[in-house]
Amino acid sequence: MISEQLVDLSRLQFAATAMYHFLFVPLTIGMTWILVIMESVYVMTGLPIYKDMTRFWGKLFGINFALGVTTGLTLEFQFGTNWAYYSHYVGDIFGAPLAIEGLMAFFLESTFIGLFFFGWNRLSRKQHLLVTLMMAVGTNLSALWILIANGWMQNPVGAAFSATTMRMEMVDFWAVVFNPDAQAKFVHTVSAGYVTGAMFVLSISAWYLLRGRDVAFAKRSFRIAAAFGLASALSVIVLGDESGYTIGEAQQTKMAAMEAMWETEPAPAGLKLIAGINEAEMKNDWEIEIPWVLGLIGTRSLDKQLPGIKEIIAHNRERVLSGIEAVKALDRVRSNPQDAAAKATLLEHQPDLGFGLLLRKYVTSMDEVTPELIDRAAADTIPRVTPLFWGFRLMVALGFAMAALFALALWYSIKGSFATKPWLLRWALWSLTMPWIACEMGWFVAEYGRQPWTIYGVLPTHLSVSTLSVESLYGSLAGFIGFYTLLLIVEMYLMVKFARQGPGSLGTGRYLNETAHA
Amino acid sequence: MIIDYPTLKLIWWLLVGVLLIGFAIMDGHDMGVGTLLPFVGKNDVERRVIINTVGPHWDGNQVWFVTGGGAIFAAWPLVYATAFSGFYWAMLAVLWALFFRPVGFDYRSKIDNPSWRSTWDWGLFVGGAVPPLIFGVAFGNLLQGVPFHFDNNLMSYYTGSFWGLLNPFALLCGVVSTAMITFHGAIYLMHRTEGDIYRRSRVAVMLFGALLLIGFSLAGVWLQWIPGYAISSVIDPAALPDPLAKQVVREAGAWMHNYQTQPATLAVPILAYLGIIAALLLAAKGRTLAAFVASSIGITGVIGTAGVSMFPFILPSSTAPNASLTVWDSVSSHLTLTIMFFATLIFMPIIIAYTSWAYKVMSGKVTAAYVRENSHSAY
Repeated sequence: MISEQLVDLSRLQFAATAMYHFLFVPLTIGMTWILVIMESVYVMTGLPIYKDMTRFWGKLFGINFALGVTTGLTLEFQFGTNWAYYSHYVGDIFGAPLAIEGLMAFFLESTFIGLFFFGWNRLSRKQHLLVTLMMAVGTNLSALWILIANGWMQNPVGAAFSATTMRMEMVDFWAVVFNPDAQAKFVHTVSAGYVTGAMFVLSISAWYLLRGRDVAFAKRSFRIAAAFGLASALSVIVLGDESGYTIGEAQQTKMAAMEAMWETEPAPAGLKLIAGINEAEMKNDWEIEIPWVLGLIGTRSLDKQLPGIKEIIAHNRERVLSGIEAVKALDRVRSNPQDAAAKATLLEHQPDLGFGLLLRKYVTSMDEVTPELIDRAAADTIPRVTPLFWGFRLMVALGFAMAALFALALWYSIKGSFATKPWLLRWALWSLTMPWIACEMGWFVAEYGRQPWTIYGVLPTHLSVSTLSVESLYGSLAGFIGFYTLLLIVEMYLMVKFARQGPGSLGTGRYLNETAHA
Repeated sequence: MIIDYPTLKLIWWLLVGVLLIGFAIMDGHDMGVGTLLPFVGKNDVERRVIINTVGPHWDGNQVWFVTGGGAIFAAWPLVYATAFSGFYWAMLAVLWALFFRPVGFDYRSKIDNPSWRSTWDWGLFVGGAVPPLIFGVAFGNLLQGVPFHFDNNLMSYYTGSFWGLLNPFALLCGVVSTAMITFHGAIYLMHRTEGDIYRRSRVAVMLFGALLLIGFSLAGVWLQWIPGYAISSVIDPAALPDPLAKQVVREAGAWMHNYQTQPATLAVPILAYLGIIAALLLAAKGRTLAAFVASSIGITGVIGTAGVSMFPFILPSSTAPNASLTVWDSVSSHLTLTIMFFATLIFMPIIIAYTSWAYKVMSGKVTAAYVRENSHSAY
């Protein structure tokens, strides 16, 4: 039996390293396009200040990118090191988008980033712009393939179980690629990255303006960030609503948990703004609700119902019962591949196999299963409500707050008076951390909300781990915490140093702080 | 499907080989440069010259490693799962060593402080020297078999320890691998530098080239006595992959079978010798680009020799030989192999084209004058 401690530590390590990686990814995704915009203006107008903007913001982008690469390696290793059974069980499907990501996207991004930094004097203006563009395309394609892989974990389409190979196998590649969950995730996630890039440039430019330094440089940067930021923030909200819809179809569980919807409500369900969640008694002590909205987002209709948590548990209990038959039949097939009766039973109950596997957390043989354990397995299919409910609301609130800021910033950019509005500049400066918090919350809601599964409905998290010792996990977790803390200190130190130094760090002779060496 | 399953299984053995060799040639030369950095560069300007020979390229090169890992995940999921979890601490050591590269390259010259820069120089040394050493040790262990088994649901259990990996034969393989990568990096450094750095790199080429020849020969002789593995039951290459369905025997000299039954395969170790010797001679004459091509051929021969000796085994099990992973029974489905084959076929030439263009744009000697002129933007 796999110990719960091993599973918890493996989850903690993956969550910590993935969320740490995701501190750097959104900024990379967003900054690449901002660099493309700035450099396009440079190529079109020939004004050197736009080249300086591309190079200076590119420098900060590079500091961030280095840690993105470093921490991304961890994730590629970690499926194998810590989630070996997962890698075996779904590698036939999950591995393909990861490998294609490398071939199609990561090579492109990483090769051209070298030329972006070192090619200024060796390429014509247009060639260099093309390099920057390829870097942006590579980065965004990279996100696409990673989210195709991740989308498949949420909504495992295009695959079937094989008892001979004891794993899931791909049956329809295009279904995996055009998985609606993956597509919705992709557009929502890259837009969130664009918002992060825009906020980064907006906040730091606002800081220069507040100090009245490098004004021409900062004003131009601010305007680009405001326009790009507003467009991105609006698409995050609209496309986030789109992922709400697909979740409604493929993952009603996550929706019910995120919304603390214990009972199935008459259609169209209301959206709770806030609520006092009582997980023990499976109810909300109080709630403030806007009628109709959730039903509209979740089902795009006025009459379709969204199931509540209690209804989902009751339904899943049936699936656990059927899953037990599937696991029993699978065990028979594994010991005797010629057993035709067992094969037929397996085929009949195969869609519920994953629900039977939930019981492997408690028993080794399905003969030991008791009604209490079946109830527990069914209850296990609902993730904890409180963190999802509040994590989701924090993300949404930040999203709207940022959209409002970008709208004002753009409005005053068009009027041309933003540089003389200290309240706006201060607001922009203080909002710097918002996109990171929102992105982390989004990631958390998506991944925690899928529990207890690594592959929704197919493979329980509990069964996905490598059979390592608990001591190994403590050791590696300590190592990651140590390395990542050090790296974060170094990265933040450099980022703050160069942001403070400003465009003078380029040594062009046109800006403040030119004496400092870099 | 267009290509039948047994052929695809073979193609994927070759393709994984191509990716590993691509990794050793491309990421290998910048790892070799990292290994040599603290020794060949005697002052800050020299070290910046050395770093800038690979500065624009190391990131793209590292993707050979990432893609190699991804391809093993996609094509041989059971190998990826079993090897990465079994070699847990070795893999983490590689990973943590690799941490030093992106930050070392990008952060080192951003602050003008000798101890800051020296710290990152040693970081780049670790990031360059440790991964090839551990990969060599890992190959040394593959050749001896690794202690793992599966339960009936194909969950893998590794019963060895990290220290058990550090046995004499495996360490010799580690030396071969490190010498090979450093040799290759030193040749690249000769090609891209001049003056003192060029001369010191030439010494390194001779030193590590000789070490590589001796180490590779010793390992070859030693291999005769190491018990190899052979499949004793009938294999059906077209069967659905099930690693528990075969019989395997362990016997001394089994790793020589392929050379005996298919003498043409002897071309692979011969290629290793020819490539290395040619690289040494060409480097001595100062024909550095040709020497780089020759050492790339040498690398192909060395890695190919390990692959051919073990074929069809990928990951033999010392404690449950029947559960050994082979090219026939630890692979992905027919459909996935087909898709991945075409993805590789389409994208690999494109990658090689733009990588070549990037090297062409940045070609020429990196000089002290270049570093001084670009002090604000160079590494």
